[in-house]
Amino acid sequence: MTPTAALIARLCGVGVLGVVVQTAAISQLPIAGANADLSPLLVMAVGLLCGSLAGGSFGFGVGLFADVVSLQTLGVSSLVLLGVGYGAGRLREARDPEGTLVPIAVGAAATLAFGVGFALLQFLLGVDAPVSWALLRQLLATLVINTLLALPVYALVRRCLQAALPDDPRRRRRRAYTTGGLSPLSRGMEIRR
Amino acid sequence: MYDKTVRRRRAVLGLLVACSLILLTAYFGETGGGALHGVQRGTSEILNPVQEGASRALKPIRDLFGWFGDTVAAKGQVEDLRKERDRLRSEVATNEVREADYDRLSKMVELDGALGLEDKGLKTGRVIFSSPTVWYATVRVDKGSDDGVRKGHPVINEEALVGRVTEVMGGAAQVTLITDTTMKVPARAGPRGEFGIVEPASAGNPNDLIMKFTRPNARIAEGDRVVTRGTEPADTKQSLFPVGLPIGRVTRIENEGTDTQEIHLRPYADMRSLDFVQILTNPRGGEQ
Repeated sequence: MTPTAALIARLCGVGVLGVVVQTAAISQLPIAGANADLSPLLVMAVGLLCGSLAGGSFGFGVGLFADVVSLQTLGVSSLVLLGVGYGAGRLREARDPEGTLVPIAVGAAATLAFGVGFALLQFLLGVDAPVSWALLRQLLATLVINTLLALPVYALVRRCLQAALPDDPRRRRRRAYTTGGLSPLSRGMEIRR
Repeated sequence: MYDKTVRRRRAVLGLLVACSLILLTAYFGETGGGALHGVQRGTSEILNPVQEGASRALKPIRDLFGWFGDTVAAKGQVEDLRKERDRLRSEVATNEVREADYDRLSKMVELDGALGLEDKGLKTGRVIFSSPTVWYATVRVDKGSDDGVRKGHPVINEEALVGRVTEVMGGAAQVTLITDTTMKVPARAGPRGEFGIVEPASAGNPNDLIMKFTRPNARIAEGDRVVTRGTEPADTKQSLFPVGLPIGRVTRIENEGTDTQEIHLRPYADMRSLDFVQILTNPRGGEQ
């Protein structure tokens, strides 16, 4: 999918708003000793809706903006979120998964990948403190919270981008059903009948 | 057409990965006053009013969450607090006798008020941002260089030492908490004021600090108070942390009596619920 100007503008809006809300509000609302992290969920949603190119670029941008705003080491979040967005986009392009629960599973996987990737990079950059159980508990709690939030965040992002998406996954599938399926396999089955 | 799409996708991916790695390398290579740090500070400066507004607007929701959490935690603390109440009652009786002694002794000892903080240029600030990741124990306060805040200034809350200012903008300052893995605070503990260095026991645990480099035969016991020492680790210059700021209380001692003994302490300040803090903009008192 080639991103249009309208889609790029909407993606910028979603990214900036998401990071501001995350840093100003969500990160100050501890739930069970941990915080929700919207960044991997936003990137996952964009990857699933727009594909690997837009997902990867959006992940890079969101990560860079989050690092700048949080005064963290530049490049860490952008590198990890780039992988998350690209992975979610490739999943859509290669498998085109359908089903209501897909964003939940992909959201959990995205959060886990982000947490593990971020931790690995921190160790590569030379954090010399041992990992505590408290840290692992917090990562696990964030994973659970993000899994619960994945579906609403996906729905919200889809609502924001819907008007600018050239081929919404639901519309595309509906079209496929009404025309008897698009794949050669399904067409072949129709002929055999 | 398909090949072209795949090639373009891979090219963009490679370009973005390269950009990330270049940023990472450049950021590590430059000093705190470099271009990338400057961009970060500038962007934060622009977003600080937005964050402050959102922080104020969401205060009721945070309080609601806090109320639920506090209620659950309070139930678990009731028994502990009852025991502490009984212990404190007996201590009060003892302290009344000691207080009378103290009044007499205080007239004999010339106290210059070194522990008083009235002349340390206290600036009270609201916490407007907490680090979203557990790897960085930092908060941002709505007081900056316009209020006289500089890098290195100590930060306290109503309970104890909280951290140190590590980045300053016009209207805000970034505070690295004492639970951050980069922090080391010269401290002393026990009745004889044994010296050591306080640092986090592990990443991501705000309730466990460790005091290292104490003498093997240091007289330190569980329950002892740990306070700032007032000198840098190298002992060559005076620290910006004034002498005697409370840090925490000793909870247990590992490898006791050996060269590698580690004294664990729990900080007095609750780092996860910081709302207002005070910055000591004149930590050395009159000699600013």
